[in-house]
Amino acid sequence: MKHAIIEKNPLLLTVLTLIVVSIGGIVEISPLFYLESTIEKVEGMRPYSPLELAGRKIYIREGCYTCHSQMIRPLRDEVERYGPYSLAAESMYDHPFQWGSKRTGPDLARVGGRYSDDWHVAHMNNPRALVPESIMPGYPFLAETALNFTHMDDDLRANRAVGVPYSDEMIEAALQDVRAQTDPDSDGAEALLARYPKAQVRDFDGDPNIVSELDAMIAYLQMLGTLVDFELYKPEENLR
Amino acid sequence: MTDRAIGDTAGATYALGAALSFGAIVSLFLMARAVDPAMAFHGFLFFAFAVGGVFLLIRRHFNATANPERFAKEAAGYNDGIVRAGVIVSTFWGVVGFLVGLVIALQLAFPVLNFDLPWTNFGRLRPLHTSAVIFAFGGNILITTSFYVVQRTCRARLAGDLASWFVFWGYNLFIVIAATGYVLGVTQSREYAEPEWYADLWLTLVWVVYLLVFLATLYKRREPHVYVANWFYLAFIVTVAMLHIVNNLAVPVSWTGVKSYSLFSGVQDALTQWWYGHNAVGFFLTAGFLGIMYYFVPKRAERPVYSYRLSIVHFWTLIFLYIWVGPHHLYYTALPDWAQTLGMTFSVMLWMPSWGGMINGLMTLSGAWDKLRTDPVMRMLVVSVAFYGMSTFEGPVMAIKAVNSLSHYTDWTIGHVHSGVLGWVGFVSFGALYCLTPILWKRERLYSLNLVGVHFWVATIGILLYITAMWVSGILQGLMWRAYDSLGFLEYSFVETVEAMHPFYVIRALGGGLYVLGALIMAYNLWRTIRGDVRAETSEHERAPAALAQEGARA
Repeated sequence: MKHAIIEKNPLLLTVLTLIVVSIGGIVEISPLFYLESTIEKVEGMRPYSPLELAGRKIYIREGCYTCHSQMIRPLRDEVERYGPYSLAAESMYDHPFQWGSKRTGPDLARVGGRYSDDWHVAHMNNPRALVPESIMPGYPFLAETALNFTHMDDDLRANRAVGVPYSDEMIEAALQDVRAQTDPDSDGAEALLARYPKAQVRDFDGDPNIVSELDAMIAYLQMLGTLVDFELYKPEENLR
Repeated sequence: MTDRAIGDTAGATYALGAALSFGAIVSLFLMARAVDPAMAFHGFLFFAFAVGGVFLLIRRHFNATANPERFAKEAAGYNDGIVRAGVIVSTFWGVVGFLVGLVIALQLAFPVLNFDLPWTNFGRLRPLHTSAVIFAFGGNILITTSFYVVQRTCRARLAGDLASWFVFWGYNLFIVIAATGYVLGVTQSREYAEPEWYADLWLTLVWVVYLLVFLATLYKRREPHVYVANWFYLAFIVTVAMLHIVNNLAVPVSWTGVKSYSLFSGVQDALTQWWYGHNAVGFFLTAGFLGIMYYFVPKRAERPVYSYRLSIVHFWTLIFLYIWVGPHHLYYTALPDWAQTLGMTFSVMLWMPSWGGMINGLMTLSGAWDKLRTDPVMRMLVVSVAFYGMSTFEGPVMAIKAVNSLSHYTDWTIGHVHSGVLGWVGFVSFGALYCLTPILWKRERLYSLNLVGVHFWVATIGILLYITAMWVSGILQGLMWRAYDSLGFLEYSFVETVEAMHPFYVIRALGGGLYVLGALIMAYNLWRTIRGDVRAETSEHERAPAALAQEGARA
């Protein structure tokens, strides 16, 4: 039996094993990086504003992805319940992706604009005050915790290093953009909107005295799924 | 000889001591310059590890020079000290991981148990549970048993005493860094790969040393062939290294901060993650534990492995096919269809090598099936292989797109995973621990075989409650999501489907509670065994022949 050769040579066994387990990944994953059809051509996608990105960090920190997906499948009930099915393009700036694997709570891919800021404030404080049957944990501490955004420019820089098209201007203005997005009367709001079209500018948590973690979280939730205009999107041009 | 043994180890001692001292300086720097409190804390943990390591090294050196005779004697036999330590920490992490699982199961049934605090909410505790059971319990079991099996099947002492202890302590430092990180909110949000960049780098270092120790031991062997269990251990070590490195590619925001951003984004990131994620199942929870099966089942049954040829086919087909199946976590998502189809094809094919392995394990009992009745440890090992067969059949079924459209995002997935991990991984690990403890502490037998029987039944009933509850809740919720009323509207709001889950979440927690209870019974049994106690009992082992004789007389 020729297999004995492998059984008597641990290094050969190691190398052969490595070759055998490499094939699947190479064939399956690497084409995704060069096949142009992998990501649809859409209009409206832009990098997250610094406040949205800060909110996304909190979303990840609290493990929201363990119960909420951000991926609507092209099935009748899902499209009717949550809205147009998710496109690959919609998560092209997501490092890492947040598609999730479990819906203990509903999908959030298009939660933006679905509820008012007030609803989110009350819901985060105590989900069962609004939805008695909910099993979501309460996050009252988000409203009380000031958002730490002193290094948000570094976050943008790291995102640029992995391929998100943040410009020098965006990085330079990162800190003031966080403040501007929570203060509609500030001078910076207009410049912010020029940098991040469709960004929503308001005091999300209803407390003007503090830029809280809740401000960032709601800013993130309220923009989810709102960037691509599905009136203009033509699926037949993006068959894969 | 004696002096040479100390001389050999002295060089390694100085090298490791220097590395640890350097590590201590780096971690002091991390502590001092940390941009967030979590990094300061983890810098402190690294520092404590390095200082503790240096202390242990010095103590070891003085012990060796003070009593060179004893040192040489120990250095000549098998390195069982590390296996003993592994048995103890594995049992500890098992109980901890199962307990955290019970807590989060209860949180889903009774949300008030989240306490509305950052450190105790489900989102942070869920990765704590998964990492504690997979990496802390499972990982320590794999390292421990592989160190035992490779020595016995090669008839050689484990290579590199200090290196193997570095693997042991270094791996457990990784566990502590990961676990405390989750509670503090440090996560990459990549399922089963949540630890941040610095913990990943540390694990890479530990893992490379692990591979070297394992390979070097294989080269020291005094057997012509490398035994099949070691192929599986080796494939597990090599593949996990590849998966870990690729999936964790990321750019840290600051060299002294915890946060990083993954190198890939969106669809590419998703497939990379699930290529990793499903092969954490395939290589961590399957290939590695098959190594345990291939050693401990034949050993306990006192029969050779059923088929050598089947082992070869099993090994190569399993490792080749497994790596392709990641896309079945991404059906109907924005992942291109061709990748989904590829994933489905390979997932269904994977059924065959999986059952090849199961058959090889079960048929090893040919001619020894009576042991099922007389030896509760054997029963545990065999039922684990049966659970392996069950969940590797369920897996391909769920990987059919039509089935998956119902099961995905529901508790059915959770039930499937747990039939695999509680039944297969858990039971085969418990079986190995029950086999190892009396041997390692040189006891005549376990403290109580009857208690093993109790553990078996309590845990089995727990698993059945768990998986049946999750089947019902998963399929029920999947059907409720897609139910339409007579007017063509969605029949249920989302929260109505959440409400319907409550009874099943309670039953699941009950099943999990029984499983924890079983693990505590095991821990007690192992502890009494280590102490050297033997419970006076007519074990099933002794009772059986007498009962048979009686029956014979009656007939």
